[in-house]
Amino acid sequence: MAQRAIDPITFEELQQTAGTEFVRELIDTFLMEAPLMLASLDRALAARDAGEFRRAAHSLKSNSNTFGALVLGALARDLELSGLDPALNAQSLEALRLEYARVATALTELRHA
Amino acid sequence: MREAASTGARLLVADDNKVNRLLLSRNLELQGHTVACAENGRIALEMLRRDRFDLLLLDMEMPEMDGFAVLAELKKDLQLRDLPVIVTSSLEGIDHVVRCIELGAEDYLPKPVNPVLLKARIGASLEKKRLRDQQKEMVRRFAAPEVAQDLQDSGFSLGGKRVDASVLFCDIRGFTTLAESQSPEDTIELLNTYYALMFDAISGHGGIVTMMMGDGLMAVFGAPLPLPDHSESAVRAALEMIELVTLFNVELASAAKPPIAVGIGIASGEMVAGYAGTNRRAAYTCIGDTVNLAARLEAHTKIAQRAILIDQVTRDRLGERMVAESLGPVQFKGKTANVDVFAIGPEQKR
Repeated sequence: MAQRAIDPITFEELQQTAGTEFVRELIDTFLMEAPLMLASLDRALAARDAGEFRRAAHSLKSNSNTFGALVLGALARDLELSGLDPALNAQSLEALRLEYARVATALTELRHA
Repeated sequence: MREAASTGARLLVADDNKVNRLLLSRNLELQGHTVACAENGRIALEMLRRDRFDLLLLDMEMPEMDGFAVLAELKKDLQLRDLPVIVTSSLEGIDHVVRCIELGAEDYLPKPVNPVLLKARIGASLEKKRLRDQQKEMVRRFAAPEVAQDLQDSGFSLGGKRVDASVLFCDIRGFTTLAESQSPEDTIELLNTYYALMFDAISGHGGIVTMMMGDGLMAVFGAPLPLPDHSESAVRAALEMIELVTLFNVELASAAKPPIAVGIGIASGEMVAGYAGTNRRAAYTCIGDTVNLAARLEAHTKIAQRAILIDQVTRDRLGERMVAESLGPVQFKGKTANVDVFAIGPEQKR
């Protein structure tokens, strides 16, 4: 069985420490920022900009782990560590995008819960 | 401002990622702190140089100027190098953490930041900063600004270095008799005014007072920081001291109080300057023949009936710029050879 998009324990802890209402705002921010990070990865790959690629992967990893999006976080971490490798990245980026879609759906549901 | 803000600290969060900035700010505000944010290292440095902050929470991976560059800049900046920095990052690898600590970061918190750990680390850092600030304030109060700066720049260590400088001794003639004739309160008030005037003249010419004893003081020109023409600066300070005492005497006369007279001795040359004492209590001081000579010259002002006496070296360094009258050789206690003594300013009436 596939791992859940959002780890409930991490997410509940976040709600407890930062407040449920605040976490709603934080989700909104993430849902606006994350697509920009994905776009950054594409752009960096095309432009062979290793610095931007690493930074975008790093940011996405960090934010994913904050919400308990552990699978997405792990995929982003792989990209951060592998760096700019065109052969590998095209596939990995696709996997990342699919996982993000799953995370975005889950977060949107949690936001309205 | 909110109640919490006045009790908490002013913190700066530097992070390029908006979610991280919001979450960190939120956690810190819930802990009672006031928080400002910067989205890269360059902006963070600008804000730190413009406003006062108690602590910086620094992300490492940032565009324009990353956290490592910020740490390096802070270390170079005399105003900011004591600012506590807690690195919050999800950088991979222990080497990065080591590098942060080596660059002066106080602590390292991995992201996502645990709020409980965050609170403890910030509390500890702020407490350390408070103690450091307190120490700095004590040093400022009890040491000359130059010495305080020297301590801050190069740290404290007992031991000295050879410097070329001028030493000035000054005391009030017949002060013990004067003190016995008036109330203790009047004596302390007189001393306070006298010291304020003397400090002003000395620091105005680049000297620092290294010692105060009763009504006497010792000042050095040319240490801890080198001073060009330190002999001339010392003599000019002495002239101003005499002038200020004359003005002070007018004030004393109008209050029907007896006037004071001071004697000043100056010698120039090589001496050892540094911190002497024990590791528990030490003072910045200068030691050597030049220092002894200045003290002897000051004592000799009573016999010579001159306000300012200087040695041959000081005389030579003044060149043609100032007039000094040769008083001939004098035999001083503890000196095998006679010493040529010179006077600055007019003869004093007995």
